[in-house]
Amino acid sequence: MKSLLSLLSTALLLLACSQTPQPSLYQQLGEEAGITAITDQLLYRIEHDPLIVNHFRDTDIPRFRHLLIEQLCELSGGPCVYSGATMEESHTGLNLNTRDFDRLVNHLISAMQQQGIPYGTQNQLLALLAPMYPEVIGR
Amino acid sequence: MNKTVIWLLLALLALPVHAASRVLATGGATTIEGSAGGGIVPWAVINGYGSNEEWSLQAFGSWVGVDDFTLHSTGIGLSVDNRWELSYARQQFKLDSIGGQLRQDIVGVKYRLAGQLLYTNLPQISLGLHYKRHLDFELPSLVGARSRSGVDAYVAASKVWLDAIAGRNLLLNGTIRATQANQTGLLGFGNTENQRHQLMFEGSAALLLTHHLAVGVEFKQKPNRLAFADEQHWRDLFVAWFVNPNLSVTAAYVDLGSIAGLPSQQGWYLALEGSW
Repeated sequence: MKSLLSLLSTALLLLACSQTPQPSLYQQLGEEAGITAITDQLLYRIEHDPLIVNHFRDTDIPRFRHLLIEQLCELSGGPCVYSGATMEESHTGLNLNTRDFDRLVNHLISAMQQQGIPYGTQNQLLALLAPMYPEVIGR
Repeated sequence: MNKTVIWLLLALLALPVHAASRVLATGGATTIEGSAGGGIVPWAVINGYGSNEEWSLQAFGSWVGVDDFTLHSTGIGLSVDNRWELSYARQQFKLDSIGGQLRQDIVGVKYRLAGQLLYTNLPQISLGLHYKRHLDFELPSLVGARSRSGVDAYVAASKVWLDAIAGRNLLLNGTIRATQANQTGLLGFGNTENQRHQLMFEGSAALLLTHHLAVGVEFKQKPNRLAFADEQHWRDLFVAWFVNPNLSVTAAYVDLGSIAGLPSQQGWYLALEGSW
C-alpha cells in the first residue's frame, strides 16, 4: 500500500513538473480570436437549450456577446477592460437558478472542448468563473 | 408502502424535467453501501447528475475479491433536486475459505445541507443515514454480535478545487460516521456488552486527470469491538472512468486488513454504475 501511495505521489509530481513555463491564460485561450469563438459557441448552445434560452428573452444579445468577450479577455489576463455592470447587476432579472448555472458551465466546457482548449486550460478559466456563482444565482 | 411509492412517483412526474444538468463526475461513484461516494466512503455529493428541479435513478453492481472473501453489492438509488438521495443495497459476503455466506440489506438516505461542490467556498455538506439489517445473523451472533440490525449516521463534507494541481481538479472528502457495525455490519452490530455508537473518520482524495478519468485514495477507520478477531481499517486506491453521464466504471486495489481472524485481506474491486 505504501509503495502504491508513493507511486501515486511521484506521478503527481511528474505531472506538476512536466509543465514548462506557461503562456498566460489569455494566450492559451487563443487570445481575442479564440475567446470570440468560445463565446459564439457558448451563445449558440444557450440559444439551442430550451431550458435556459427563456432567461435571455429580453437580453440585447450583441451587447451581451461584446461584454462577455470583454470580460473573458480581462479575466484571463488579456488587454481588455470589462465595461459592463457588476455580476450582481447584470444578472438581476435573469432569475437564474443552480440548474441554469450548471447548464451554462456544461455549455462553456463544450464550447472550449470544441475549440480544442486543453483540459488544464479549461479548468483555469472555470476556476475564475466558479466563484461568481453566488453573484449570479437567484437575482 | 404501495401508497408511498405511488405518491413518490407522482411527485417525480410533477417535477418539470428529468435531465442531467450537472457536470460530469460530480455525482461520484457508488459505494458498496449504495450511497454516492468513492468505493467505501460516502461523500457529500448526491448521486447522478440531476440539478435542482431534476431527478435521476441509479443502478449499481460491485464486486470485491480479496484473499479469503468475496463481496457482491447490488442496488438502486433515487436522487431528487440535488438535495435528497435514497438508496437500497443488498450485500452478499462469501466466506470463500471458511464456507458459507453472510447477507445484509442497507437502506440509505442522504440530505444535502449546504454548499455546492464546485461553486462555493463552503464545502458541500450532507447528512446521511444507513439502516442495515442482517439476513444471516446466526454466525455474527455466534462470534459475539449483539444485534442483527443497526443504524449508521454520518456527516460528510466534499469540495472540489478547480485547477488545483497542474490544471487538474482535486476533490477532498471527509466523513464522520457514528456506527454500531462490525465489519460494516457483515458481522452484525454491537458486542456482548453493548451496541453503543462509535465515531469513526473516513476520508478520500481524488484527482480528475481528464473530464472522464479520476484517480484517488480512500481510508476508512473501523471499530474493533468483537473479541474473537481483530477488525482493521480499510484502504483503497481507485481509478474511476466516467464514460458519460449514464455510465461509470470504477476499479480499485483494496486492503481490508484482517477479517474474522484471516489476516491481510487484499485484492481488487470493480464497480459499474448506470444513471438515468
